[in-house]
This record gives sequence, structure tokens and C-alpha cells, in this order.
Amino acid sequence: MALTLEQVRHVATLARLSLTPEEEQRYATQLSAVLDAVAQLQSLDVSQVEPTSHATLASSLLREDVMRPSLPPEKALANAPASVGTCFSVPKILE
Amino acid sequence: MSQPLTDLTMLELAAALAAGKVSSVEATRASLARIAQVDPKVRAFLRVDEEGALRAAEASDARRRASGPASPLEGVPLGLKDIFLTEGLETTCGSRILQGFVPPYDATVVRLLREAGLPLLGKLNMDEFAMGSSNESSAYFPTHNPWDLSRTPGGSSGGSAAAVAAREVFGALGTDTGGSIRQPAAHTNTVGLKPTYGRVSRFGVIAFASSLDQVGPMTRTVADAAALLQVIARHDPRDSTSAPLETPDYLADLEGGVHGLKLGVPREYFTDGMDPEVEASVRAALKEYERLGATLVDVSLPHTSHALATYYLLAPAEASSNLARYDGVRYGLRARDVRGLQELYGQTRGQGFGAEVKRRIMLGTYALSAGYYDAYYLRAQKVRTLIREDFTRAFQQVDAILSPTSPVPAFRLGEKVDDPLSMYLTDILTLPCNLAGLPGLSVPCGFTKAGLPVGLQVLGRPFDEAGVLRIGRAFEREHDFFRRTPPCP
Repeated sequence: MALTLEQVRHVATLARLSLTPEEEQRYATQLSAVLDAVAQLQSLDVSQVEPTSHATLASSLLREDVMRPSLPPEKALANAPASVGTCFSVPKILE
Repeated sequence: MSQPLTDLTMLELAAALAAGKVSSVEATRASLARIAQVDPKVRAFLRVDEEGALRAAEASDARRRASGPASPLEGVPLGLKDIFLTEGLETTCGSRILQGFVPPYDATVVRLLREAGLPLLGKLNMDEFAMGSSNESSAYFPTHNPWDLSRTPGGSSGGSAAAVAAREVFGALGTDTGGSIRQPAAHTNTVGLKPTYGRVSRFGVIAFASSLDQVGPMTRTVADAAALLQVIARHDPRDSTSAPLETPDYLADLEGGVHGLKLGVPREYFTDGMDPEVEASVRAALKEYERLGATLVDVSLPHTSHALATYYLLAPAEASSNLARYDGVRYGLRARDVRGLQELYGQTRGQGFGAEVKRRIMLGTYALSAGYYDAYYLRAQKVRTLIREDFTRAFQQVDAILSPTSPVPAFRLGEKVDDPLSMYLTDILTLPCNLAGLPGLSVPCGFTKAGLPVGLQVLGRPFDEAGVLRIGRAFEREHDFFRRTPPCP
């Protein structure tokens, strides 16, 4: 299945990924090849099969809901590219 | 001691430490010296933590004198794949987007290693976000295979495997999502164990595909892998997928042998594209198991041919979701000179991720997107059920399954870099195990004429790591492949 450049750009937007024109070309070709390879799954009859999300797990386990200390703000912010007070700082989101 | 200290296995070093023949500081210094000697050529390490390792070694020696060892592996220095969060020590996951990231806490497995008294020598190279089979997708540099420096050590835990093989570390931890512990182990004459999904905590392990990722030991011997698993296998309330099970004694039954066991040989795992020398080596190992009293049983895993397609939909889908967190806001790289938040996200991710990671984010996003979800993602989850049921049926007949780990020996650097499908094929025998959540082990089982290592894979029932290790150990006991040191550097 061939992926068009337009589809590649749409997926890149969904993924919040800025691609160069060369990358768009390359991924159109390479993703088309991968999609061709995975198309074989369409040949299987899975109408009566339940999906598996985790192989060995019936359901997620919950831990006791008890209070415990979490990271202090200065530690949580230590890796932030930009911060103000106890907040992460980002560019303006509304004009 | 006649042999170099760094040639000792973990358990041999542990015995020497217990007997007072050597100190942890001496062992750590020996590793650091070996790293300085060989790593300029092997390039297994992204970061050596000399100061931290020596401090831990001194503490270990002091503890042994004062109150006795904290664990049987007290004082044995290890390396860590750069996917494990280490408090205060940069962790990049092989990516530019995390360059300079200094974790504020330890992964649970790192904490367990520290509590058990194992000095940590530093962080080992890997494919970016564990996506790759050759270590060539590392954003920093490729690691070289100590058995032939022109070849890759495999991946994604290639730095860990190369460091163990080159005697830079006594053992290491890796992670395995589709073969990333076992395939590099097979390509470097080392032992790699992927435990059952849920056996080892993933808390603080940078996520790739959360339903497939598992942490495991990478060592020179099966016995070392058992001893290291003993330290890290523990229920962790901080990982909701961690199994609430008691940890068995993995060394107790290790020497139990294979007499009377039924070992399955899946016909679908001996494929046309297989390297003839790999096949010959593995067939010889199968004969050996018969000689040791096991019965070989022909089994069928009929959906094997669909595993690769299933994996390359599910893993990228999960990855595209997991990697959404790298957005330039809270940590890691942030693109400069951008207008607005959307451009900040797009540019940061465009600049910070490498080609393979972008390829998989794109594929995963596509497979999850409106209109394609049912046809790709949901269908792949259903085929995953069929693959899992293949194993369930086979394990009604046999105790474990034997096969080659990788259909080919280590390949040359650059050989497959521009051909993703051919690269993906090298994992064809390891990834069904992840899809089914089973324990899988790779054990050295010989060399090609060119001197490249070959690995034998042992797959077991869920949570039967003890059985898998015992079967691997039965073969190891008959051979000395693990004693062979790589020719270079």
C-alpha cells in the first residue's frame, strides 16, 4: 500500500513531528514498504479471536492508596529547559 | 591469581570476595583499567562513572568487614544499559532528545542493585530508545563487536553485550522488547535472559513498548544470569504490571540437568534464510541435549510467520504513545527560536529524534489513527492472541522450546542500516517470545568458521525462568565457550 506525501504530512502532524521535505519523501517510501509487509495479517480470519493487550496479565494491579512524599519542586524542575518559580515555562499558547 | 581478574565470572568473583582474596575496590579498579584499555575501540560505554563506582566499592568493602555482605553478589561491579534511570547520573536512552537529562530518582532495579552492594560502572550504549538491532541507531556512536570490530554487537542492548564480552564489566542489565537482550548476547558469545513479562519491575526504565518491554541480566554464564536475576526479580508496587509472586531460588535447581525433559523443536524456526553454520551449530546443540537425556519433540508454532508483522504494528503503536512525553516542556531538548507551542513540539521532536525513532513514531501513529485502528492495531492484537495460543498448545507437549537465537551471526556495520525490513528480520526468532510474554534465554553454543559466536535460544512457560536457566546451564556445563575471550582488541 503506497502512502501519499499528503498522508505522511497528516501523520507527522498527528505525531507533532516536524519533518524535512527529504524525510517526508523517505518515510513515504519506507512506510509504504513496511505497510506492504504487514498487509499479510489481513489474510487471517480473526473474527472469533479476542485481542491480547498484555500477555501474562489479567488486569492491572493497584497499590495501596497511601500518602508518601513525592519529588520536591526544585528536583522536579531541575531538568526543565525553562521554568518560572515552581512552574514549567512554555511559549505563549494564545495570541 | 593466574588469570586476569576481569576474566572471572560474577560468581567466581563473588567467591573470591567472600574468601577475602580480592576487594571490591580492586575488582572495580580492574574493570576501570580494562575499560580504559579496550573501550576506545569497542565503544560500549556512553558514560563511565569512575567516582560513583569506586565510592560504592569502598562502601561494599567496609560493609563486608563491618556487618557482612548485603547479598551474595556484594561488591561485584556491573554496567547498565542507558535506559535505566540513575539518580544524579545522566541518562539519555541513546537519544539526543535526552542529552543532559539527569534523573531525579533511581529505577527500581537500580535501587535493588545498589542495596545488594553492586558497584555500577556506568551507562552502556544502545539503539536510540531501544529501537534497533545493531546499536547503529544510537545518536552518539555505534558500538563494535569485540569478536570482529567491523561488525555490530547486535542490539538494542549492544553496548551491554559488548562490554560483557570484552570483559569491561562482570555483568550488565539490558532490556528486551523484541530480542534486544538475546540477539546481542547471541552475537557476542554471552548469556542473555529475558524474564517473563511482569517478573522484573519496569519502574524507572524508559518505556519503548510497554506491553513487551522486560528487564534482564546479561552475563558471561547462565549461573551468573541466575544469580543476577535473583537480585532484580521482585514484585514492585510502583509497576502495575509487576507480578505479585514470590521469587524462587534460581540457583537451587540450576544443576538439575535435563534428563527426562521434553524439549520442543519448532519446525517454523528453522527457516530458509538461516545461515547454514548457525543451523549446524544449533543442530549439534540439540544432539547434545539428547545425549544428556532429554527427548526432542517436533512441535509446530503455526503463526510464527505473522509474528514480525504483528510486532511491527504493536511495538511502534505503543512507542508512538510512550514517546509523546518528549515535547521540550519538562526535560530534555527544547528547540530554540520557535513561534508558539505547536512549533515547539514539532521542532523539538524533529531535531531530537533520530531516523529509526521517527520512522517508528510515524508507523505507530498511522496504525493508531482514525480509520486505520481496527485494520492495523486491533487486528495485530488479535493475531498476538493466536501467537500466544501456539505456545500454550506447544507447552502442553513439551517443557521448553529450543531454537537458534538469531538466524544469522553478527553482521557488518552499515550492512543493513538503510534497509529497515532486512534489519527487522534479524529478530524473527526472538520476538514471538515477547508477544507471548514468555521467558527466553540465549546461551553460547559455538562459533562460525570466521569466529563469530552463535547463540541457542531456550523458551519456557510463563514464570519458569528456573527451568529455562537449568536447561541452559545443562549445556553450558558440557562446554567452555564462555571461557573464550574475544580476539580483539
